[in-house]
Amino acid sequence: MPPSEMPLFASPNCEEARMTFRARDKRMRDKVTDVADAVRRFVNDGDYLASGGFGGDRIATALLHEIVRQRRQSLSFAGHTATHDFQILCAGNNTGRGQLLARCDIAYVVGLEARGLSPHARRVVESGQVEICEWSNYALAVRFQAAAMGVPFLPLRSMAGTDTFRFSAARSIQCPFTGIPLVAVPALWPDVAVIHVHDCDRFGNCRIRGTSVADWQVARAAKKLIVSCERIISDDEIRADPTATTIPFYCVDAVCEVPFGSYPGNMPYEYYSDEIHLREWLTAEEDPQRYQEFIDRILLSVDCFADYLERSGGKQRMQSLRDEELFPERSGGPSS
Amino acid sequence: MTACNAMELMICVASTFLEDGAIVVVGTGAPCAAAMLAQKTSAPNLTLMFEAGGVGPRLPRMPISVGDSRTFYRGLMATSMADIMETCQRGMVDYTFLGGAQIDPYGNLNSTQIGADYQHPKVRLPGSGGANDLGSFCWRVLVITPHDRRRFVPHVDFVTTPGYLHGPGAREAAGLPANSGPYKVVTQLAVLGFDEASKRMRVESLHAGVTLEQVQANTGFELLVAEPLATTPPPTAEQLRVLRNEVDPQSYLIGRA
Repeated sequence: MPPSEMPLFASPNCEEARMTFRARDKRMRDKVTDVADAVRRFVNDGDYLASGGFGGDRIATALLHEIVRQRRQSLSFAGHTATHDFQILCAGNNTGRGQLLARCDIAYVVGLEARGLSPHARRVVESGQVEICEWSNYALAVRFQAAAMGVPFLPLRSMAGTDTFRFSAARSIQCPFTGIPLVAVPALWPDVAVIHVHDCDRFGNCRIRGTSVADWQVARAAKKLIVSCERIISDDEIRADPTATTIPFYCVDAVCEVPFGSYPGNMPYEYYSDEIHLREWLTAEEDPQRYQEFIDRILLSVDCFADYLERSGGKQRMQSLRDEELFPERSGGPSS
Repeated sequence: MTACNAMELMICVASTFLEDGAIVVVGTGAPCAAAMLAQKTSAPNLTLMFEAGGVGPRLPRMPISVGDSRTFYRGLMATSMADIMETCQRGMVDYTFLGGAQIDPYGNLNSTQIGADYQHPKVRLPGSGGANDLGSFCWRVLVITPHDRRRFVPHVDFVTTPGYLHGPGAREAAGLPANSGPYKVVTQLAVLGFDEASKRMRVESLHAGVTLEQVQANTGFELLVAEPLATTPPPTAEQLRVLRNEVDPQSYLIGRA
């Protein structure tokens, strides 16, 4: 198999990573803060960013908006089924706000699954201003797994033989036991990750309900982690059922309570995705001028996430998305 | 025979390829509808899985995302993406459905870009997502796609997901799991499979009223033809009733014809 051709955007050096994790503050301390403060303290220009959930499902919308509002520059990003999360970050490129995204490991970007392609995300990626490198979703999950394990790489059996491999930074290796060809993917330790969860205590012990996607791995791989949650619960409640804890406090740097924090994304057992809002966003992107006005109105000029929710239909809209999530069999349709 | 439109036809035909008792990883749209239809008709013990971690849901309606909460609504398990992919990698998953902007004679799929220059594509598409993994790992890959010369091309601009690569033995030589690969391609015109010896696409059955010339005219490469060439069994009245009333009652997918 011809070698892959693309650059690595993050070092797979496990000794460096160990030094970083050694230096972390591991005390059980109160980490509750607001979104603006968390982003100010923990997201720096030039950072490698990872985002939890699955594109439009259980995403840390409030934190992603804030990263755009605070005008972070030159970030690298892990695009494993990045849909609406990628769309939000792209608001920091080609909009007179410099260049938020500079490098992207791509497994899936610029699309919103069945909803169609994002015209603005396409403009950003097709302009050539973002350095890109191909992977598959599983390959990126395995890269986070290697990082979570503290090893420099892991093998897998996909990507082989394709242009997805050729335009990646993976390597072809031979199994030392069976001799078969394998694909080796390097560990990925993001500088910072943002993850939205259901419940979290003030120390950062988190519960996720429903699918975990790659968040178990991302939370352990990240050098810094900001968590937003639907609600802060007591540490007694965490201790009553430790089986339910998916992310432990020592992986977490900041805790932000943001009800409806995944809106307009879906949040399992809480609220369904707002398909009307997502369609409005996609439609606004068709025309750069109209898009600029749209992101000014719903993102750049808002004070906080609660203000965004208010401008997106407020309590009434949130209640109908809750109904649609909890009673899907009786709700009228995907956009009702 | 009950009249039906092209989408209904493709969903019904695709559903018949899913064996009872098997496991299938599905996406949104037509593949999900085909798997739901199979579950409600010919394959009641079919287990559905979704890439983001949903296993065995009682789907209340069609999911919008392969990660949304409907993919594990009253499900058997809500797990991780790695768990789903590894279940495929270790050989437990029989079927998956994939699609793409382009497909070539060996069933290689492109969902990454239109245009041959990686740094300057004409159109950037999403990329692999989980398609490369599923197309590498699952035993049999099914494709539901509109049939035209823009999609059925001699060479895809970018091999996102492996079919039989460049022919017999190529998957194994690259390190992909042995004896896996593209199985059937279901279009509005025909069912196509892959020739055992050459691994090239061949027409296996024509849908009612379709000629071989029509199929070839809508394909950008020379097709092999099965001997004897069959006629696709038309959807049954029961399949169409279940599809219209239970699988897609709002006609999001099958239209409001």
